[in-house]
Amino acid sequence: MILALVFLPLGAALAAMLIRLDRPRRVLLVFAAAVHFALTGACWLSPPACVSGAWLGLDPAGRLFLGITSLLFLAAAVYAVHSLGQSRGGRGRQTEADTGSVFVNAPEAVFTACLLVFLSTMTLVAASQHLGLLWVAVEATTLATAPLIYFHRQPSSLEATWKYLLVCSVGIALALLGTFLVVVAAAAADGTGGTLLVPELVARAGQLQPAWLKAAFIFLLVGYGTKMGLVPMHTWLPDAHSEAPSPVSALLSGALLNCAFLGILRAHAICAAAGLELFSGQLLAGFGLLSMVVAAAFIVNQPDYKRMLAYSSVENMGLMALGAGIGGAATYGALLHAVNHSVVKAGLFLVAGNLLAAYRTKAVAKVSGAAHVLPVSGGLWLAGLFAIGGTPPFGTFISEFTLLRAAFGRGYGIWAAVALLALTMAFVGLARAFLGMALGREPEGPVSRCEPWAVILPPLVLLAVSFGLGLWIPPGLQAVLAAASQLLGGGAP
Amino acid sequence: MSGVIEIILIFLILANLILLGASRLRNAIRIVAWQGLVLGLMPLLAHRDGLVWAAILLGAGSAGIKGFVFPALLNRALRETQASREIEPFVGYVLSLLAGVGVLALSVWFGSRLPLPWPPASNLLVPAGMFTVWTGLFLIVTRRKAITQVLGYVVLENGIFTLGMVLVEAMPLLVELGVLLDIFVAVFVMGIIVFNINREFDHIDSDQLAALKEGGP
Repeated sequence: MILALVFLPLGAALAAMLIRLDRPRRVLLVFAAAVHFALTGACWLSPPACVSGAWLGLDPAGRLFLGITSLLFLAAAVYAVHSLGQSRGGRGRQTEADTGSVFVNAPEAVFTACLLVFLSTMTLVAASQHLGLLWVAVEATTLATAPLIYFHRQPSSLEATWKYLLVCSVGIALALLGTFLVVVAAAAADGTGGTLLVPELVARAGQLQPAWLKAAFIFLLVGYGTKMGLVPMHTWLPDAHSEAPSPVSALLSGALLNCAFLGILRAHAICAAAGLELFSGQLLAGFGLLSMVVAAAFIVNQPDYKRMLAYSSVENMGLMALGAGIGGAATYGALLHAVNHSVVKAGLFLVAGNLLAAYRTKAVAKVSGAAHVLPVSGGLWLAGLFAIGGTPPFGTFISEFTLLRAAFGRGYGIWAAVALLALTMAFVGLARAFLGMALGREPEGPVSRCEPWAVILPPLVLLAVSFGLGLWIPPGLQAVLAAASQLLGGGAP
Repeated sequence: MSGVIEIILIFLILANLILLGASRLRNAIRIVAWQGLVLGLMPLLAHRDGLVWAAILLGAGSAGIKGFVFPALLNRALRETQASREIEPFVGYVLSLLAGVGVLALSVWFGSRLPLPWPPASNLLVPAGMFTVWTGLFLIVTRRKAITQVLGYVVLENGIFTLGMVLVEAMPLLVELGVLLDIFVAVFVMGIIVFNINREFDHIDSDQLAALKEGGP
């Protein structure tokens, strides 16, 4: 089952490279995404048994993150198929309105194949029970996404790709060092008995050597934190998210950052089992809070709306890190927030793609009257503002409320107050930009007013999911969230 | 056995020092290639229970990729880009070397104090590994050209590979092969991007890639 989930997209990627015609290749992309989604659904309904000692296994945490990834990929695939046929995604020379640079796009076959490999590697991250395999998979996601960010072949995309590739590769190399240190912590005095299997490490946590485990956690946190976008290692994130095509930005923000977060959570779970939850938790919470404050400062007055969304991702990942670091019910809140943030942010990036296609600019100041020009996208943009701001009735409200209430309850009152302040600041900054873009006067120049269903439906569904989660969390999801939270050193409310 | 390992480690340290002072790109590529080639011997020597097929595969693969494939790739990128052959560092060669010697002393001091749970194959293993990791990071940060940053990344990986030799008994070789594959693809993709940077900008100076820099909050 798990192998099928990993190899299906890989096979499809190979086929995508071989298919010459565009239409069958696009059908293949959506078909592979749909089958992957169906298989993931089957895993949710009847979870495959976790064999002890196996490198692959879907525990509740893995199932949760796999579910998010698969849903987002399906939405992004439907969207991408349409946008590939549009002018910005299609063939031929084009001019970037903001910078005036001329660019062509990467071949569609390469783009589709990389997208599918990306899905395969993210699945592997979610299903890894072995820290070494996890490392290989996370590094592979970096390599699969680099060509995706360089889809529009122009200098700014190249700059973003280079930064992404180098910063993340070096960061993840440090995580490899951390992985080695876990082995040292687990090994006996004669050098044998070291293991990297997460369940075994958690079970034997009492015998791990605390000093080495602490060192390992620091390296893993910095390494995977680079990929997750924690400040101060976040420098690649706004560039990559703003330069990548919108469906790719949606996947980077909604799925990839979560994958890196899962890596940190696994390390945190081992530390918690070894009685070091205060050490690892406070480090995690500290990085999280710093990310929230710095990101909020960059959101205010940000001139580029895709960068603004990217900084909002840094902020939300910081909130999740804070929650996971505080532990208890806050871990539950953080995982719920991971679900909510992923669907909302992916939806927003897809809507941003619609705005970019219509207005041909990423500048906040040059977009106005979107609600008149593109009624559905404009409406979704406004709905997305309230969803990402954490206002009821959206699911983000429930998750942020759960998280912050648990923080107050566990004696992290000042931390929660600072987090709340950062959230408010970010909301004000986002609201100022979003309201001006959606409302205001219609532009005078020619603007394409066409909104086909393929670019509206995916963000609509994603935002509807967030809306639904705000009203009712299905018992199945609740059970998985609670089990995952317990597995990762937290508790359930 | 441990005598040979010690010679390899001393070679590693010397190669790092030469790299810090190297002013020509082609020389730097050659030194990194030698470093990778010699490091490929390590898995064979460090395994106590004789030659395992996976250790041979790992050693041969590592030596082949780092010793022959990477230099060929980088030399090709260098030829295609017709970049000037000088490295053009931000921090001068003499200062780099002095810093290198200082860090080497620190690594030896720190390595001798590190309470490893079991004795490694050689006392030099941990200091040499740490020094190589530092050299890689230093090259990435202080050298101007994109191609030297790739070289720095390879040196960083060499260092981590050396440190990984402490744990040969515990780390499954399958994972190490996966790591090697990842690094191979990483350098391959980086090579392609370096080539594109040259085509797009007519230079490979990564410090001039600053269009996306934040103007301030």
